[in-house]
Amino acid sequence: MSMTDRSLAYVRSEDAPKLPAPASTVGLQGWLRVNLFSSLLNSLLTLVFGALAIMVIWRVFNFAVVNAAWTGTNRDACVGEAMGACWPMIADKMPQWIYGFYPIEQRWRVNLAFLAFAAGVIPMLIPSAPYKLWNALYLFIIFPLLTLILLTGGNLSFGFSSYMSVVRFMLFLSAFLPLVAYGIEEGIARNRAGLLLAGVVLVLWLASFATGPLPVGPIGGQYSGIDLAIYVVGIIGGALSLIATLKDREGRGRPVFYGWGIGLAALLVAMAFLDIDFGLQPVETQQWGGLLVTLVVSVTGIVASLPIGIVLALGRRSQMPVVRTLSVIFIEVIRGVPLITVLFMASVMLPLFLPPGVSFDKLLRALVGVALFSSAYMAEVVRGGLQAIPKGQTEGAMALGLSYWQMMIKIILPQALKISIPNIVGNFISLFKDTTLVLIIGLFDLLGIVQSGLRDSNWSSASSAPTGYLTVALMFWVFCFAMSRYSMYTERRLNTGHKR
Amino acid sequence: MKSTVMAWVLGAAVSAIAATSAMAGTLEDVKQKGFLQCGVSQGLAGFSNPDSQNNWTGMDVDFCRAVAAAIFNDPSKVKFSPLSAKERFTALQSGEVDVLSRNSTWTMSRDTSLGLKFAGVMYYDGQGFMVRKSLGIDSALKLDGATVCTNTGTTTELNLADYFKANNMKYQVVAIEDANQVRQAYDEGRCDIFTTDQSGLYAERLSLKNPDDHMVLPEIISKEPLGPVVRQGDDAWFNVVKWTYYALLTAEEFGITQANVEDMAKTATNPEIKRILGSKNEDGSAAGFGTGIGLDEEWIVHIVKAVGNYGEVFERNVGANTPLKIARGKNALWNQGGLQYAPPIR
Repeated sequence: MSMTDRSLAYVRSEDAPKLPAPASTVGLQGWLRVNLFSSLLNSLLTLVFGALAIMVIWRVFNFAVVNAAWTGTNRDACVGEAMGACWPMIADKMPQWIYGFYPIEQRWRVNLAFLAFAAGVIPMLIPSAPYKLWNALYLFIIFPLLTLILLTGGNLSFGFSSYMSVVRFMLFLSAFLPLVAYGIEEGIARNRAGLLLAGVVLVLWLASFATGPLPVGPIGGQYSGIDLAIYVVGIIGGALSLIATLKDREGRGRPVFYGWGIGLAALLVAMAFLDIDFGLQPVETQQWGGLLVTLVVSVTGIVASLPIGIVLALGRRSQMPVVRTLSVIFIEVIRGVPLITVLFMASVMLPLFLPPGVSFDKLLRALVGVALFSSAYMAEVVRGGLQAIPKGQTEGAMALGLSYWQMMIKIILPQALKISIPNIVGNFISLFKDTTLVLIIGLFDLLGIVQSGLRDSNWSSASSAPTGYLTVALMFWVFCFAMSRYSMYTERRLNTGHKR
Repeated sequence: MKSTVMAWVLGAAVSAIAATSAMAGTLEDVKQKGFLQCGVSQGLAGFSNPDSQNNWTGMDVDFCRAVAAAIFNDPSKVKFSPLSAKERFTALQSGEVDVLSRNSTWTMSRDTSLGLKFAGVMYYDGQGFMVRKSLGIDSALKLDGATVCTNTGTTTELNLADYFKANNMKYQVVAIEDANQVRQAYDEGRCDIFTTDQSGLYAERLSLKNPDDHMVLPEIISKEPLGPVVRQGDDAWFNVVKWTYYALLTAEEFGITQANVEDMAKTATNPEIKRILGSKNEDGSAAGFGTGIGLDEEWIVHIVKAVGNYGEVFERNVGANTPLKIARGKNALWNQGGLQYAPPIR
């Protein structure tokens, strides 16, 4: 090679045209290659499971669309050798599956309750929607009252004695107001007499269960002696406690007192509301059923379990031995028993212990059972979250001079609850599905009423059971999937970068 | 100390008295609250099942209506409590329901040790066999060598073994836990025979792919008398429920139907029918026995007007014109070869 040759060397002044990526790495082909056929084993698995998936989808499609019956008025439409889904049955039964045995001409009340629920929940779930405080007030105070009146018909006709029991109970609670206002030690010191009398009331009250009503009632046989004693001691003790709460130069007890007063007034007003006769036809809970019962049980369980669970979790980690022991006993007893046993106890054993003629509403029993059960599980979920918060957070809060509740509400719980979101929602979802167990105590939840509908001889055929179960599975899935997606959304929104 | 003990004893005694006084007189309680609370099943075709319009239908349900009609002359004054099999007897014991009409089998242990009384047999059930018509079998005695589908661990399996052994026949059993799967196994041809309680067989038949290809054999190999139950210790109420059942049978025996009962009550001359229907004698005195058990003289008229006689109840809910198509069989009246027999009303 000479110099001249070198001077003729070709130098590119621009980039060579970009060739398209090899066909095997882009587009559909590339995607398939990377994800489905990357190795021999992978290709084999893809083929096998692909074939299976196509077969299942084809069969479901055949069942649900191709061979399905679409019209008809009774089982004759759905009988046949290769019959698919029996959709006319679903159309005929669906209202019952949603409303249960709620009187047909009263179903608008259930619709209205559903609407009231949506009106409260949807803006609550949208972070940018305004007036969250009012929204929460509506959702937790007005909506339950409204729904209770709508669904049962209201007009519960409480007697005078029911109002008095509420006052009595709130007076009993007032013994604890000084403790809240001034802390445990100072509170006890300020309210020795009130606490003592509250203790006497408690003992008398328990004794009244043991003895039953005593035959000699001083007031026209209406109140037994023990009842009267509870009243007198309770009123004196309550008055002492309230005085102890308010008697402070700096007025530190005032906010607590106001809170107590507002609580009492709210309870009485709520009772008075339930007492009003709105002219609605009363509908017993025995006539409720289907999706209505599933939603009532699960929403009550969900709403009740979170606060109770948080309190129990804090109780279990508390330094106070009595509080800790009681929390541990409650949590472990309930967690050591299957839900079905709790429901069964509530439905079968409770009536045998109660005096004849006294009966609790069956749905109420189920609600209490489910709420207690899910609270115990929620407590452990929240405790897990609390344990994950580094000790430094607590120490930092204490160094700032925050009180226990300030520390918990402002520092610890927001972090603990945030990391517990997946588990909390997991609990909600399993609770939603566990509501199907109320069938065992004779309540018709969504699944129960579907099963009962399948036994209707007007519609029973070989395809009615698969159709019914397919439909109910879809309905459950929609609710659970929505909850799951929303929890993922919340997790992303609250993500502060701890995620790995 | 002494006074505390006294208070306890006194309290216990008072609550015991209060308890018994509340339990006595279910009939008065029912009359006072204005409706009958009746325990039924959570859904059993032909016996108690809600239809799409929320109306309860079935034989057990109609029996409740008959009791309500006897008391109130209004079959709608009844509320139904769907009960699961596990809670049914406690619901009755605790007074949650006044009568349990929930396809419960009358057995000695239930009758004697649970504080309950069975008031009659609304339906004589028993274990039966279903086969394919194409097999050409018309009797269970020709089932030698057959494969039988049944539930695991139930008395059904024991009855089956006894029956085949007693008749010197061989069989092979396919026992499956879940009732739905037993039916499916039979439908897919894994066995020749499907055995369970006969009323159940008729209901399961509807869920087969081709119900018309299958038939229930006439033999019944066990006794499952199903009937209404009341609490023990309230004889007046027991009588009302028991005689409501007998009234349904008696009405059928004397040809008294929903359609003709009112005419018959007016025009009857036969003293026996007059006694049954509580018609007035010429001198104005009543001929019936209704007031004797705390009801109206015309209580049977009210019952039959409300639900018909036993035959009508049977045909309407499970009979030949219903999807179930159950034959009367053992549930025919005694004078037509069945077991349904009512003591005379006189």
